[in-house]
Formats: sequence, C-alpha cells, structure tokens
Amino acid sequence: MNHTHSFHVPTLAELSAEGKVPEVLFWVGCAGSFDQRAQKVTRAFAGILSHLGIQFAILGNEEACTGDPVRRAGNEFLFQMMAYQNIQLLNQYQVRKIVTTCPHCFNTLKNEYPELGGHYEVIHHASYLQGLIDEGKIKLTDDSSFKGKKITYHDSCYLGRANKIYEAPRKVLEALDVELVEMKRCRSNGLCCGAGGAQMFKEEEKGNKRINQERTEEALATGARLVAVACPFCNTMMTDGVKSKGADEDVQVLDIAELVALSLADQKTS
Amino acid sequence: MDILQQILFAGILGSSVWLFSKNIRAIIRNIRLGRDYTASGSQEQRWRNVMLLAFGQKKMFTKPLVALMHFIIYAGFLIINLEVLEILTDGLAGTHRVLAAPLGHLYPFLINAFEVLAFLVIVVCIVFLIRRNGLPIARFQKNELNGWPRSDANIILVIEIILMSLFLFLNASDVSLQEKGVLPYSEHLTGRFLISSYLMPLIHSWSVGSLMILERTAWWLHIVGILAFLNYLPYSKHLHILFAFPNAYFTPQEPAGKMTNMPEIQREVLYAMEPDKIPSDSITPPKRFGAKDVMDLSWKNLMDAYSCTECGRCSEVCPANSTGKLLSPRKIMMDTRDRLDEVGRLIDKTGQWEEDGRSLLHDYIRPEEIRACTTCNACVEACPVSINPLDIILQLRRYQAMEESQVPPEWTSLFSTTETSMAPWKFPPSERENWRFQPSS
Repeated sequence: MNHTHSFHVPTLAELSAEGKVPEVLFWVGCAGSFDQRAQKVTRAFAGILSHLGIQFAILGNEEACTGDPVRRAGNEFLFQMMAYQNIQLLNQYQVRKIVTTCPHCFNTLKNEYPELGGHYEVIHHASYLQGLIDEGKIKLTDDSSFKGKKITYHDSCYLGRANKIYEAPRKVLEALDVELVEMKRCRSNGLCCGAGGAQMFKEEEKGNKRINQERTEEALATGARLVAVACPFCNTMMTDGVKSKGADEDVQVLDIAELVALSLADQKTS
Repeated sequence: MDILQQILFAGILGSSVWLFSKNIRAIIRNIRLGRDYTASGSQEQRWRNVMLLAFGQKKMFTKPLVALMHFIIYAGFLIINLEVLEILTDGLAGTHRVLAAPLGHLYPFLINAFEVLAFLVIVVCIVFLIRRNGLPIARFQKNELNGWPRSDANIILVIEIILMSLFLFLNASDVSLQEKGVLPYSEHLTGRFLISSYLMPLIHSWSVGSLMILERTAWWLHIVGILAFLNYLPYSKHLHILFAFPNAYFTPQEPAGKMTNMPEIQREVLYAMEPDKIPSDSITPPKRFGAKDVMDLSWKNLMDAYSCTECGRCSEVCPANSTGKLLSPRKIMMDTRDRLDEVGRLIDKTGQWEEDGRSLLHDYIRPEEIRACTTCNACVEACPVSINPLDIILQLRRYQAMEESQVPPEWTSLFSTTETSMAPWKFPPSERENWRFQPSS
C-alpha cells in the first residue's frame, strides 16, 4: 500500500489572490513540515480536514518557526525576530483562527504572541478534533481496528501543564472506543518525554538514564499495545524509546490525528 | 507575680519583636533588590490562590497522609497562638490565666482543644523526624540537603516538640497547684485538662515549691522558646509559614507555558525593522540581558527563594533530576536564597552593594544544571507554595545565550539554522509544502 496521495491544500497567498478567506489556518509547524514521521501526522490531520470539507489553508513557504526552541535556549533576540515576522505575516493576512498539531507552536502562538501584537484564536488539534467529534461532524467507523484496543496516552507538557489541556485528547480516544489505560504518572503529574526546552536539538546532559526511556518504561508497564501522543516531539521521543526497548514490533506510537484518520467512517484518507 | 518578672518579660518581648522586625526588614530589602514585577490576573483570582493554596494547602493534598499531618502542625501553630495571646497578657500585666474568668465554660473547652492539638503536633513531629531521618524517601536524602539544611529541618521539629511539651507541663503543674489551693493558681479553678491530666500523676508527690518552680520554668521556657523560634525563622527554611501567603498572592495568573517577555528586546527588534518608530528621546538599555546574579531576577523570584521550605517535591518530579542529571529545582531555589543572603550581608557591612566578584550563575549554579531543564513545568506544578524555579532557569539561560554566548554547540547551530532556514532544521522554506506530496504508507 504505497501509493502517492497529494492534497490540494491552498496557501493563504493563493487564497488571498483569489480574494478568498479560509475558515481556519493550519499552522503545520517545522516538525510537521520537515520531520518524516511528523509529516505523516500532518497528512493525517489535513486528510481529516479535507474529508470534512473544511475550508483551510496553510502558509506554505511563508511559515517560519514560532521561535519556541530558540527562546527556551535563551536567545530572546532571535525569538523576537521570528515572532515579529510571523505576526506581521499573520496580521497582513488578517488571520483570526489557527489550528496546529504542535503543542509548542500552539503555546507560543496562543500565549506569547498576544503581547507582541498577534491576537488569534489558537486551537490545538486535540481540542479541534474533540470539537468536531462533539458536533457530530466526524463520523467514526464501527469496525475500527483500534476498537477495544489497549491504548495509553502520553501527556505533552506544553498541552498539559503548560495549558491545562488534559481531557480533549482523552475524549478523542474515548470516541474511538479504545480501552484507555493511564500510566503511573499522567495528566498534571505526567512525565516529560525529554524533548522540551530545546532539548530536542541537543544531546541530553550527563545522567544515569535517558528521560524518554524512563517514560517509555512507564508506557510499556501499562501493557498497552499503542501509545497515543499529540505532539511531534513526544512522538519522536516515544518512538525512539519503544525502539530502544526492542518493543517496536509489538507497540506502536501514533498521533491522535492518525488514530482518527484511520477510523473515519467512509474512509478516503489512509 | 512580682513586678520584676513583668519588667523582665516586657524586656524580652520587646527585644524579640525588635530583632525579628529588623531581620524581616532586611529580607524585604533583599527582595527589593530584584527587578520590577507586576503580577498578572485579577485581585479576586489572587485572593482565591491565597485561600486555596496558602490557607487551604491544596497542593499538599496530592500526598494526602503527609498533607493531613502537615495540616495538624499548621493548625496547631495557628490555633495555639490564641493561647499565646493570653500568655503575653499574663506576662505583661502580671495576671494569671486572665481569660479564664471572662470566658467561663468556653475556657476549659479551648484549653482542651489546644492540648489535643499540642499532643497531635508532638506525634506528627516525631513521625516527621522518623520519615526524614530513617525512611528511604529520596527527596530527603539528596546531597543538596547535606549540612545546615538537614540540621535546620530537624531543629524545627525538635523545637516544636519541646514547645508543645512545655505547654502540657505548664498546664499539669498549674492544675496541680490549683488543686492544692495555692494562690494565685486557685483563684480560678479550671479543672483538669484532657492531655495534661495524664502528666499530673508524674508530679503528684511534688512539694508546692517544686510545683511552682516547674510551673514558672515551663511558662517562661514556653514563651521565651516561642519568641526565640520567631527569631529563628529569618535564618531558616521555616520562613515559608510567613511567605507562603504573599507568594500565593503574587503568583501570575496565566498559562504556565508562557515565558516572561523581554520588552527591551522586543523594542530593539521593532526599531531594527521599523526605524521610524525609534523615539527621539533615547532609552537606556538594561544593564544585562537575562540573569547572572540575584539582582537580575525579579523580586517575585527572590520572594520565591525565601518562601522555599526545601521539601523537594519539585526535584522529585523533575524529569532531569530523576534520571540522574545535575539539575535540581530545589537546589536552584536554595542557591538563590543563599546568594541573596550573601549579598544582603555585604550590604549590611558596607551600607551599599558593591561587586564582590561572585554571582548566582557559576559560583552557585553551574551551566550543566540549567542546560538539563526540559521546561516541562513539573516543578512549578508540584510546588505547594507557588514557587517557579523554571522562570529562574530560563533567565539564567538567557544570560548564557545573549551575554556570554555560552550555549551547547548544538544550540549554536540551532540558532544559526533558525536564522537562515527559518526552522530548527536545515531545510529551505521552499520545501515546507513537500509533506503534501510524500507517499503515504
């Protein structure tokens, strides 16, 4: 099953040339754009939006890093540069509503851009998907391969503690009729995957264990055969962790967007 | 009671209050060395925080049993202070149990309640001493507690046991004297009390003189002990009993993921991009970008340091600390207070602040520590008294990145890649849409 599927996702530049305004801007993020694993999540989420006929657009080559990692690594100058350019662009297009699959982009756009002049309604895809399910717009198939499957959810710090979004991703999983099992540390007590604060882009400091291994052990201890995530960095960390434990044959790491995309009734998107 | 005792008491009370207020003023002066800070959120929200987090100790209850025991000590402390009001009045006015007559039947009820609390406090303090020194609880055994911090914790518990015991012996000897008809004790008969009545058989056979010596000794040691404890606070981690309240009030009411903005840099970028916006009157740039020393931190960061009681809940949940990295959020707070105290002592000596060639970063906190942080906010979430170690870590990182240019080499590449490719990975912006055409599997 290796066919090429291309999306016709317009960019804001294209739309505005036609004088059109999309319902929502999909902020793809750098991981979603360039990381091969995260690209699949981007395709899955864009697939869901297309499937539902939602008018959305991307920024395409005009999108730039929000500045989250450089800000947390201490480079405020570079962060302010990135923020300035992004806000100029978003305001120029008069963007009102943004959805993103990355909790780090979500946090920066939602919490850090307003005082720099960027005011938007920013939604993480976990909440967005939950909304669509609640409204009955997403219809899920009755014979999903995840039905009754033991699944554990790993809280992203930037979704959870940073923004207190704990229930939305769980509600999405419940809608899939899976058997949700919680790890020892979950929700506000959830253990980080190890990638935040620009750690994704450097070697871990010296210690006696890798953080993603510690977290993976907790995930595996639940007996779940699938670890659901809602963040591209958590995805990388948990995938690496599962691999390093030699469990990648039995245990999958999937984003909640992928789970929903694979469970759509009248599937067109896989 | 003779007039000499009253004079002595007034003298001790006066000098204790004077010394305490002097030390607290020094601490407030130290906190004011920090940068400006304006707490976000409404008054209402912040008072709610004071009620829930400080008075209600909401976050303590994630460990319910420990929270209950801690609450007993806390309630004991607050409620038994009502009895201290009577003791202070007696001491100054030369009266004996001045509230017994006016309060009537309520009086024995209150003293009984205090005695039960005192007994519970003793039990809990003993349990806490055992937990701290005998049980394998990781957060009590970290290296950063070696030396004074560990002694400090034990001293507090032992003092509390002694003070509560003195209160019970005071009542036991007092009631014994009442029963023997000794004046002024028998002026108002209170009857036996719930807990101290069990101590009375121990002193049953004592002479009136010995009982009076015991009663006076217990009375004096108890109140002098309380005043001494008051003056121990400014030197101790126990200061959290005061600072937890303002700290809860001044905690920002915004999503934890939001980093503190640096308006001075925001302005610089704006002027670089839109030079026409540069105001005619030049603004003085800040002394430093980020924080190297305690004065570069906000006064809330510094108040955080004085609010810390070194319980270690932050380090217990820290992903870096629990996987053996050098970072310990508790140590960040302890270092901040230690350095601030050092700065304060220098100011005490010379009257003003002069560079001493030392700083929080490097002399107290090493770069390896702050580099291990994943900014996951677990420490912030865990703190029962609203301390934010992450905010300090990020300000130290800003200093390292922007003033020292000392960041891990991978971050140097991260910066240059972000600047040139507009992404943390080396892909040109033209490839941003490639995900649309990749084969899916």
